[in-house]
Amino acid sequence: MIALTRVSRTFPARSETVAALHEIDLTVAEGEFVAVIGRSGCGKSTLLRLIAGLLEPTSGTITVDGGPVHGPRRDVALMQQQPALLPWRTALGNVLLPVEMARLPRAAGAGRARELLDAVGLAGFHHRHPYELSGGMQQRVALCRALIQQPRVLLMDEPFSALDALTREDMAAQLQALHLARPATTVFVTHSIQEAVLLADRVVVLSPRPGRVREVLAVDIPRPRSLGRSAALPAVAECVAHLHDVLAKAGDA
Amino acid sequence: MTRIRSAGLPVLGAVTALAVWWSATAVFGIRSFFLPAPPDIVEAFRRQPAYLLRETGSTVAVTVTGFGIAVVAGLLLAMTLTAWRALERATLPVLVALNSVPKVAVAPLLVVWLGFGAQPKIVLVVLICFFPVVVATMAGLTSTPAELSELSRSLSASVWQAYVKIRLPWALPQMFVGLKVGISLAVIGAVVAEINNPTGGLGAVIVLSGTSFDTPLAFAAITLLAVLSTALFYLVVALERLLVPWARAISG
Ligand SMILES: Nc1ncnc2c1ncn2[C@@H]1O[C@H](COP(=O)(O)OP(=O)(O)OP(=O)(O)O)[C@@H](O)[C@H]1O
Ligand SMILES: [Mg+2]
Repeated sequence: MIALTRVSRTFPARSETVAALHEIDLTVAEGEFVAVIGRSGCGKSTLLRLIAGLLEPTSGTITVDGGPVHGPRRDVALMQQQPALLPWRTALGNVLLPVEMARLPRAAGAGRARELLDAVGLAGFHHRHPYELSGGMQQRVALCRALIQQPRVLLMDEPFSALDALTREDMAAQLQALHLARPATTVFVTHSIQEAVLLADRVVVLSPRPGRVREVLAVDIPRPRSLGRSAALPAVAECVAHLHDVLAKAGDA
Repeated sequence: MTRIRSAGLPVLGAVTALAVWWSATAVFGIRSFFLPAPPDIVEAFRRQPAYLLRETGSTVAVTVTGFGIAVVAGLLLAMTLTAWRALERATLPVLVALNSVPKVAVAPLLVVWLGFGAQPKIVLVVLICFFPVVVATMAGLTSTPAELSELSRSLSASVWQAYVKIRLPWALPQMFVGLKVGISLAVIGAVVAEINNPTGGLGAVIVLSGTSFDTPLAFAAITLLAVLSTALFYLVVALERLLVPWARAISG
């Protein structure tokens, strides 16, 4: 479980300070999947960094699994907005990095790493280096790296932004299947309203400057959902249309 | 096709340069004392190959010893100075300034301080290639991209893990930039020291050939220096390809 209480974060800028997030109140229940949408620069990445313990809030408190966040923890995985792969390691080697950092046996992790790479459609690419992979492939390697430790809390920052529409749907379906099989407490940042509605239990809309919670929408649509077919369901269409309106207004504010 | 081109074009260029040089000496009747033709240089080498090879060996020994010391000391210093941000900030400008001082100027002083043996030569080589190695390695160690630093923090990496698994490998390509500059300068340093203090080495051969007006011999020594310098440079390049094959790929 993740709980944020009146969390604000400002950054020092040239003359004044930039308020990236302002008094955010948000709880994500154990095993819940929350999607966060909002315009560019409204503080989505900052929100994930705060939960991951990479940044400290200027004010307010954050707890993960009941304890206050003091810094990064091994059961919290962050998939960054950039793939951030090590250029000297193969896809497999990159996925195994968290295993090595946790000083766990590499051999045990390797089997799971291969399965994950196969699952995201990189079966023939285990031994390729990042420079031999497309942007979308690199992003999928980063996804596997975030998943390998089977984290209790999974934070994802636009994990599918570099993918084409069809691969994106495949990946979303994979992620949904993984989540149904073993629900991690998930915060998923995306720019795609459809994706948010497809994957999330609740969708949080942030408004920019300063980042505030504009609206929280519960998505009560039975799973498994699929982008292709569920998109036509009236309930989905309604959610998407509503979020679109909120997001459009949030931009003007 | 591209392979033929990549190997063939440099060879073609070299052969053409030789041909122009040779025909110029023949057409204009330039005396070999003034500008020897390629065969004169080969002849000069064949007159005393053992002597020339021995002096080459002596230059190689000075160069490699000095370079080796500079690399080991340079890497250690760079790692130490980048361990603390404040220390790095304080020392980097000094190092960059020292790097731009022409070290060859101290060659005569080194003889005064250290005598006529190999020591002042090795010290000059160390001085001349130490700073590029330090500065390049420091640059590499401090250029870790923000997202990789964040990654290692988010994985709760220990200081040692972050260093060995991320920061150090990331620095290798830039470190090799320093090593490549360093090895070229090392040969120059050795020759300058030998010219200044002509007790041995190819630099001494050049000085002696001057006093005996044996220009082809000087050219033979210069040719050997060029070969030596190129060979050492490509040795470092080969090591780079072996250790950081990915660097070429990401720098495009
Ligand atoms: N380290 C930092 N230093 C200064 N300002 C920062 C820093 N990180 C973020 N900001 C500022 O905070 C605001 C929110 O940034 P953030 O990266 O969280 O946005 P975002 O919602 O993730 O945007 P995008 O969708 O483009 O990724 C921006 O105005 C940004 O300039
Ligand atoms: Mg962002």
